[in-house]
Amino acid sequence: MKKVLVLAEVRDGQLRNVSLEALTAAQALAEGGEIVAGVFGADAATHAVTLGHHGASTVYTADHTALAQYTPDAYVQALTQLIELASPDAVVLGHTAIGRDIAPRVAARLGYGLVSDVTSVEAGPVFVRPIYAGKATQTRKFVDGTIFITIRPNNIAIGAADPTKTAVVVPVELEIKDLRTIVKEVVRKTSGKVDLSEAKVVISGGRGVKSAEGFQPLYDLAEVLGAAVGASRGACDADYCDYSMQIGQTGKVVTPDLYIACGISGAIQHLAGMSSSKVIVAINKDPEAPIFQVADYGIVGDLFEVLPLLTAEFKKVLV
Amino acid sequence: MNIVVVLKQTFDTEEKIVIQNGQISEDGVEFIINPYDEYAVEEAIKLKEERGGEVTVISVGPDRAESALRTALAMGADKAVLVDDESLFGDEFTIAKVLAAVAKKIGFDIIIGGQMAVDSGAGQGGPRLAEELGINHVSTAVKLEVDGTNVRVERDVEGDLEVVETSLPVLITAQQGLNEPRYPSLPGIMKAKKKPLDRLGADDLGITADEVKAKTEIVDQTLPPKKQAGRILSGELAAQTSELVQLLRNEAKVI
Repeated sequence: MKKVLVLAEVRDGQLRNVSLEALTAAQALAEGGEIVAGVFGADAATHAVTLGHHGASTVYTADHTALAQYTPDAYVQALTQLIELASPDAVVLGHTAIGRDIAPRVAARLGYGLVSDVTSVEAGPVFVRPIYAGKATQTRKFVDGTIFITIRPNNIAIGAADPTKTAVVVPVELEIKDLRTIVKEVVRKTSGKVDLSEAKVVISGGRGVKSAEGFQPLYDLAEVLGAAVGASRGACDADYCDYSMQIGQTGKVVTPDLYIACGISGAIQHLAGMSSSKVIVAINKDPEAPIFQVADYGIVGDLFEVLPLLTAEFKKVLV
Repeated sequence: MNIVVVLKQTFDTEEKIVIQNGQISEDGVEFIINPYDEYAVEEAIKLKEERGGEVTVISVGPDRAESALRTALAMGADKAVLVDDESLFGDEFTIAKVLAAVAKKIGFDIIIGGQMAVDSGAGQGGPRLAEELGINHVSTAVKLEVDGTNVRVERDVEGDLEVVETSLPVLITAQQGLNEPRYPSLPGIMKAKKKPLDRLGADDLGITADEVKAKTEIVDQTLPPKKQAGRILSGELAAQTSELVQLLRNEAKVI
């Protein structure tokens, strides 16, 4: 039996899915032991009910002015103090922008090992993680010290909620000082859009999209499906879209339920970033394009003809 | 300004992975500078060109990593350090401790590295190294400005842009979009052959294998199951799209 600490993350007032996935991973690690969660921010306590339903027996809440806007210094100090307070046998974070930024630093501060970007927790415990952007898989174990992992969003199925379970809320006072970073501005380019790494459906465009405007039919379909829109390196290099949309070995790795590749030939470096998607649809003019070799369903045709038809079909059944 | 770049040599991103006896085969593999580290090299050279100073590229890795360091020297870095002492190889915990020992030995005002390596994909190197050195870090930078000791960074945060200010000394990790790495010129390649490249081991760095001993171990490495070839639909496009929607709903059950 182990005690496991999960740091839950709130974005736009909502608990992130990956935090519930982290609680599920924590249950596998706890082996019947205790799960505690930490949440930062002014409305932290409002999330305690959900965290309780998903297995946390205690929720530590920390409201501090320095935690209102993310900075590594503030969050590293906060998480370190939380770990010292809870003294867990294992710590689980989401492999998000925040998780990947603070986990290595906290690990270094406390002299811990860290296994990042875990997609599955197995008996042992042994941790499964993709390497070479999913071209291969590695399993890792800890040989010394506290277990510390970050988990990749969208890979560990969230366990069923138990509404009879509740968590005790424990507000904690944190000491945060000597902040070395000032955040001047946050430009929300993704507001209203679905986050690529957590999206259940991803539609992405390659060189076949031909221009920035060429992404419009992809966005039209994305709206109907509640999907995120991504791109291949070819499309990004050609300046059709922002690099933040790039999927591949350089860029983001995505594992949605449905991936629709439009005008993407399927270079190895792109396939590495999306071939673990559950179902892949390829739309391409070239029947020889390598993308068809990883696709579950393929349509050989011009994406500018296919996508409007597909959007209309989905509208018929979904709206 | 004393600019340090941490880099790793990785497989070319177009390489396929072959596993023999649980080990990743390096037979016939083309090696490159980890693409994110290449942005770091370029940014360091740009910084030197603007503000003066010296660029040192450092790496922990096998003998073959020298060629990646030579490429960085050919791009315009001034000197290189390679820690090729196998007793100092290990996991992310180990590498950060070793890099910290190198950085302390050579001194630094700013350290730049990639936001992750495309092989291990862990992304721990930058933040861990900054912590070992007791300095601040800013990750996934897409724009870097240094003015005196003031540092302004635009960083990519899951697609949003965050503008932050901090000061030297600092560690920056490079995100794609930071710059367009230059190609080494022919004179650059010639000069690189004569630039200093120090090989260091545990004794030179004053650390022991025991104090940097890995906290984690690799149990196994495998290839993902091969995907079955899928179905290419046929017929009129309108009929194909209608069939596709039905298949996604009723057969794949993802919509």
